[in-house]
Amino acid sequence: MHLSEAAFSQLVALSTGTLLVTSVLFVWRRSLRAAVRLLAVQGGALALLVAAIALAEREGELLVTALIVLAVKAVAIPLVLARGLRADGAALRDEPRMNPTTGLLAVAGLTTVAYLVSRPIIDATRGVAALLAGGDAEAGPAAFAVPVGLTMVLVGFLLLVTRRRALSQMVGFLLLDNGIATVAFLTAAGVPFIVELGVSLDVLLVALILAVLSGRLAELFGAADIGRLTGLRD
Amino acid sequence: MAAMLVVPLAVALALGVASAVARSRALVRLAGLVTAVVALGSGLALLATGQVQELAGGLLRADALSAFMLTVIGAVGLTATWGGLAPEGDRSATPTPDERRYAALVCVFLGAMSLAVLTDNLGVLWVALEATTIATAFLVGHRRTRLALEAAWKYVVLGSVGVAIALLGTVLLYAAGRTAGEATLSWVTLTSGDLPLDPGLVRVAVGLMILGFATKADLAPMHSWLPDALSEAPAPVSGLMSGVLAAVSFYAILRVQAIADVVLGPGLVRGLLLAAGILSLAVAGALILRQRDYRRMLAYSSVEHMGIMAIGAAVGGPLALAAVLLHVLGHGLAKASLFVVAGRIHATEGTALVADVRALLARHPRLAVPFVAGMATLLGFPPFALFFSEVTIVVAGWRAGLGWAMAVVVGLLLVVFAGLVRASSSMVLASGPAGADDVAPGTRGGGRSAREVGPGRGPLVPLVLALGATAVVGFLAVPVGEVLERAAAALGVS
Repeated sequence: MHLSEAAFSQLVALSTGTLLVTSVLFVWRRSLRAAVRLLAVQGGALALLVAAIALAEREGELLVTALIVLAVKAVAIPLVLARGLRADGAALRDEPRMNPTTGLLAVAGLTTVAYLVSRPIIDATRGVAALLAGGDAEAGPAAFAVPVGLTMVLVGFLLLVTRRRALSQMVGFLLLDNGIATVAFLTAAGVPFIVELGVSLDVLLVALILAVLSGRLAELFGAADIGRLTGLRD
Repeated sequence: MAAMLVVPLAVALALGVASAVARSRALVRLAGLVTAVVALGSGLALLATGQVQELAGGLLRADALSAFMLTVIGAVGLTATWGGLAPEGDRSATPTPDERRYAALVCVFLGAMSLAVLTDNLGVLWVALEATTIATAFLVGHRRTRLALEAAWKYVVLGSVGVAIALLGTVLLYAAGRTAGEATLSWVTLTSGDLPLDPGLVRVAVGLMILGFATKADLAPMHSWLPDALSEAPAPVSGLMSGVLAAVSFYAILRVQAIADVVLGPGLVRGLLLAAGILSLAVAGALILRQRDYRRMLAYSSVEHMGIMAIGAAVGGPLALAAVLLHVLGHGLAKASLFVVAGRIHATEGTALVADVRALLARHPRLAVPFVAGMATLLGFPPFALFFSEVTIVVAGWRAGLGWAMAVVVGLLLVVFAGLVRASSSMVLASGPAGADDVAPGTRGGGRSAREVGPGRGPLVPLVLALGATAVVGFLAVPVGEVLERAAAALGVS
């Protein structure tokens, strides 16, 4: 199936736009249930991005990757997180150390930073689309989208340091990982298939382990609030 | 001989699966030990051939450095798993699910580390390193106490996030290769110098990869999970994590450094590693001096030694790199032995506090003698290997024009030395408070569950072998010196 350049850039814009908006929503919404749904949406958007690149590059292997991304990031990981939520049981809302307004301002700042620091990456890789078009890179759809992936990485870090509940930290890690995957697909049409398989499996297992551990933490500490993890210090 | 690339991985996987489902006590008990022996044997066999072995289109590849690292994994793994064998209790009882899981995860852990050093693909290397986090997560939380769970949580979150940074770097390196015309993560291709890699992109990628791998290489400032995990994990697991997992992650840094040297020249990585190394020494020095828990003290000693290795790698050149590799071996063996002994002291005395352990030499010579010997190794007394490696690194650094840095390094080493000597001499020699010896083992320290206090006994042979090996290895120009030279040359610095 051939994908016209216009359709390709629209698909890339749609999926990366969804990724960016959902990342902002992670900071805005406090409910962990919402976070599960957002992760599922983000997984879907990422799979769409991969599929678009696969069609543009006409790589069958990449279509399989898209299916794996869909299965792991849009279905399996949200399910694991939802199961962790049931095991945790306690209040489903997080009390971040940052109010939503400050959070949104921070995200705006991080997005700006991401656009600034991704300049060398954009210049060097010129995006997947540039390779397809054979030069004339600056305006390539994939090139302008690289900062979205970096924004996701940075917002993931933000969630990791500002959220108090164990499962929110897990959401931060998963957002970080989605961001890395986005950068990978936009700059290099993904890593080699066998590596992609290993990475997906690793992330899924880490998510499972974190869900199990947070369940045990909740049993021992009441609500799994990482602010209470202060037994080990120097 | 290329089969030696698959054997350690296949055996680790098979024994891991077998001990997860087996009902045989002997199998569950010895699975980790056998895995380590197989890794050691394969490593030695690969070293003996002296040739680069390849399989599966270069996905698996062992040059002299890989073979050396596999040997270290086997040797340190053997020390930790053999030393961790508790005296046999009831021979007929079927293993509990906990014991089975422990055995299976140790096998997978050893297998993942072997894969990390046996692959030529930086992506597979990353996957294998992340797999070590997965395998060790439940090993760290094995005791299921509050503190063990807290340590496991911090370990998995910080470890995964840190290593994820390295994945971002790996991805960008792949993008650089793709833009240069060949989409590859093969280390051999990337270091060949044939690809016109974009220096700007490689600079970002290399920085991220070193930062990420430093998390698991116990280098400051990415070390914050380490003392928690090492003080709460079962002793053999702490020995493995400190003695060899850190070294495997450091091996990844060496490979990345080789790429950076070809594409960018040595400046960037040298600066990064020098800063991380000196910071690690400073952090370790400050925290060892005021450390009250001897297991955490050993953990900070790992930060110190990884810092020394980072400084050696920053110095570069065949001499310093050979010394770094000798340091990897000596530190691994000594640290695994010490964690095993520390676990036995903990089990016997029922406390992890330096201040509560007194007159060990008089009361428990079987614990005190290996403890002192291990400490002497770690402190870099001759004739132990770490003496030679540390002196060589400092001398090589001096010659490379890094005199000021080496002066700082020696100063910080003295601080660490003072802290470790003070703590261990008070544990081993100082006379205890009156009547302390009458207290039954395991009743002090309060609040510890009964299962945690195992009998503080175990085989001495692995400790004698490991420490004996570090004592003689520095003198063996043939074959050890020659092997180190070849391994350092594999990084392209001959």
